[in-house]
Amino acid sequence: MRITNNMTFLFGGAAGQGIESNGAGFAKALARTGLHVVAVPDYMSRIRGGHNFYQLRVSEQPILTHEEPVHMVMALDERTVEEHTRDLVPGGGMIYEQDSKVDAAALEAQDVQPFPAPLKRIANEAGGSEVMINMAALGVAAGITGMDYEAMAGVVRQGFLKKGEDVVRANLEVSRQGYDLGQERYAAGFDWKLGSREAPQRMTIDGNAIFAMGALLGGCKMVCAYPMTPATPVLHWFAGHGDRYGAIIKHVEDEIAAVNMAIGANFVGVRAMAPTSGGGFSLMTEALGLAGISETPLVVFLSQRPGPSTGMPTRSSQGDLLFTLFASQDEFPRLVIAPHTHEETFTTGWRAFNLAEKYQTLVVVLLDHHLSSMVRTVLPADLHMDQVTIDRGKWLDRAALDNLSEPYLRYKMTDDGISPRAVPGHPNAVYSATSDEHHEDGHIDSESVATRTAMHAKRLRKFQTALADIRPPFTYGPDEAEVTLIGWGASYGAIREAVDRANADGARVNMLHFVDIWPFPVEPVQALLNKAGRTLTVENNAMGQMGMLLRMMTGHQVAGSILTWDGRGFTPEDVLAGLQKEVR
Amino acid sequence: MVTRQDYASPVRPTWCPGCGNFGTWNSLKKALVKVGLEPHEILIVSGIGCGSKLPDYTHANGLNTIHGRPVIIASGAQLANHRLKIITTHGDGDSFGLGLSHFINAARRNIDLVDIIQDNQIYGLTKGQYSPTSDPGFVTVTSPHGAIENRINPVLLALSVGATFVARGFARDVEHLSWLIAEALQHRGYALVDVMQPCVTFNRQNTYDWYGERAYKLQESDHDTGDLQAALQKAQEWGERIPMGIFYQREDQPAYHEYLNVLQAAPLVDQPLGQWTEEHLQDLVEEYV
Repeated sequence: MRITNNMTFLFGGAAGQGIESNGAGFAKALARTGLHVVAVPDYMSRIRGGHNFYQLRVSEQPILTHEEPVHMVMALDERTVEEHTRDLVPGGGMIYEQDSKVDAAALEAQDVQPFPAPLKRIANEAGGSEVMINMAALGVAAGITGMDYEAMAGVVRQGFLKKGEDVVRANLEVSRQGYDLGQERYAAGFDWKLGSREAPQRMTIDGNAIFAMGALLGGCKMVCAYPMTPATPVLHWFAGHGDRYGAIIKHVEDEIAAVNMAIGANFVGVRAMAPTSGGGFSLMTEALGLAGISETPLVVFLSQRPGPSTGMPTRSSQGDLLFTLFASQDEFPRLVIAPHTHEETFTTGWRAFNLAEKYQTLVVVLLDHHLSSMVRTVLPADLHMDQVTIDRGKWLDRAALDNLSEPYLRYKMTDDGISPRAVPGHPNAVYSATSDEHHEDGHIDSESVATRTAMHAKRLRKFQTALADIRPPFTYGPDEAEVTLIGWGASYGAIREAVDRANADGARVNMLHFVDIWPFPVEPVQALLNKAGRTLTVENNAMGQMGMLLRMMTGHQVAGSILTWDGRGFTPEDVLAGLQKEVR
Repeated sequence: MVTRQDYASPVRPTWCPGCGNFGTWNSLKKALVKVGLEPHEILIVSGIGCGSKLPDYTHANGLNTIHGRPVIIASGAQLANHRLKIITTHGDGDSFGLGLSHFINAARRNIDLVDIIQDNQIYGLTKGQYSPTSDPGFVTVTSPHGAIENRINPVLLALSVGATFVARGFARDVEHLSWLIAEALQHRGYALVDVMQPCVTFNRQNTYDWYGERAYKLQESDHDTGDLQAALQKAQEWGERIPMGIFYQREDQPAYHEYLNVLQAAPLVDQPLGQWTEEHLQDLVEEYV
């Protein structure tokens, strides 16, 4: 049985062994052979030691998610062998250091093919350093599967260019020797093969980077942050691109500072954001209300990880949904967008800033560790620059302010709740904003019934107005179904693939998937629920928060939920297992 | 030419008669007129407290924020538009309670702003609790047996983190305080103006007379404002005699925004928006193929 271009690798070792960086290089090389790739890093919260792995799925067809069965493990240490033998399919292969205590017979007993190789010797002799066992192991894997060596060599050349010709040459020699050894010794007995295909160039990029790219192109000029996994790479990305693209970053003293600094920048008219995770978002909550009452645009990027408190710093969660919708005291309009694919995450990057300026309020972009760190092949043509618009809403430019015929009222009462906005600097629009309740001109009135009643209602009218920009949940699968899976955000790929597989097995399942969550699109959701089958939410949290939200906003009680809170993003297998339990 | 009338707001202060805030407020307006800054050229950022209502009483760009955060909000505004002259006005509770780390960080970053602390050594708006600058032993509702903590010394603290302009004024001496603020407005980088300003309602200890009897002017002595050691010495003087004036000043250190490459061309707010094209996207894509 020979299976071509449809398999999963697992590349594992200790922290510090270059699992993620070399794994990402391998993903890039696979993409250059014309295949679709999804790679999910799984790493521990430590700098050295422990156990990290990088799981890469390869397919000829577009894929949006990783999946569970693994066909080949590249083990840089014995712990990887111990932990991941059970993940391998029957006949799958285990590449490991031949000069180690790994028991080949035990592997065979579990129907795993042992592929011992002299990784250390190759690294030392061909590369001059044992560090390069990572490259040796990847070379062996490429050789066994028949992957085009040139694709790998190209990535090695590009990746190590900065470190000099000698480093490039050493890594090429190590990978080449690994490749030849794998091909000669083990290729014949391994069923899963890789062959190059003609395909347009595809990017391999993670969720954080593609969000940052969208934000930059959407005019984000300032990023204020305190490092916190899994959002830190957004700050790093801007640090690396700022000088060239006219953006500044500030690594500040804490997340309270980050969000307040971003509010200060937005107040004077610069698109600024604060990326963080749940702990940082908790610190930001008071300031969110300042953006709300002063009607200052603000984008907060929140990549969720499990809590409470520190929880699992390097793992994933969807536990912050309800918190995000209501964080900070009292009521004010906000928008919450939870992109579901890399392409949509790019779009969200620029769209969030337009929404923030249009509605002059907070926009939270809700990702999770899973999507933040997931590397996927993306077709550049699917990122549409012609759709990247800059919409500043009711922004008064210099000419408009020059011609202002009456005194400027920053918080002028309007039917849609949005007041024309001037930023400080023009003599015709001098005003003072405040966190207190206030009059139309911005002056404090924290006592009067009339002002409070009118001004609070004006702000909340923006909620209603913003519904015009809120898309109903996306649908997928047959129009009529027995079961309708309801998800939101990053779990889209896994749920969608589960829907396909279930339907291929004779079930009738479809899905609703929320990306624009808040303000909640009550009417279209009700219409969709009326047509839905038995409803099950699929969520990475234990309380079924989307189910609670549906009940609160529409009165609909879901029939059940498929919930995991183990810190791992969904696989299609997780969803299918839950589906089986729920529809027994 | 700008006059004090240009800064007149229709809103009258709610401060108690005789409140120290009046002196600080008048000094600020006087200084703004002196250096020729117009209401649209400045942004006054405040926090929460009696003194933080100052922007509401002043016709100028203002942002009355949340407790403890004005300095970091002002820092964001400053980096986003360094053509605006940024002034923060807030009390000792706001600055040295919640806001302590922002104070230290703005000073060590040398953010170009004038940080005016309306320092009455007590919480007024919340009705008379002791503050981070209250003297040890100070009895209030929340320190019934007298404050046990050491007091924050704003001048010493600012000097210790590399502040480039450090001054103390007295709300009753408007002539002197307005001079200090004018100097601060013309300073390159972070400028602290810690103002001794009595709370006539809740602080019966640190009164106009109490400050008046102790305050003396550094600039009437041979104090060298370029000498950090001398400044550190003077900063520790607090008790029978309290120095006021400019403790320390250096103009040779660039402000934070001057170091940022992107800001060399123009203030961030004036830089183009929406200038990116398909080519720029392709350049970024290139990094990932």
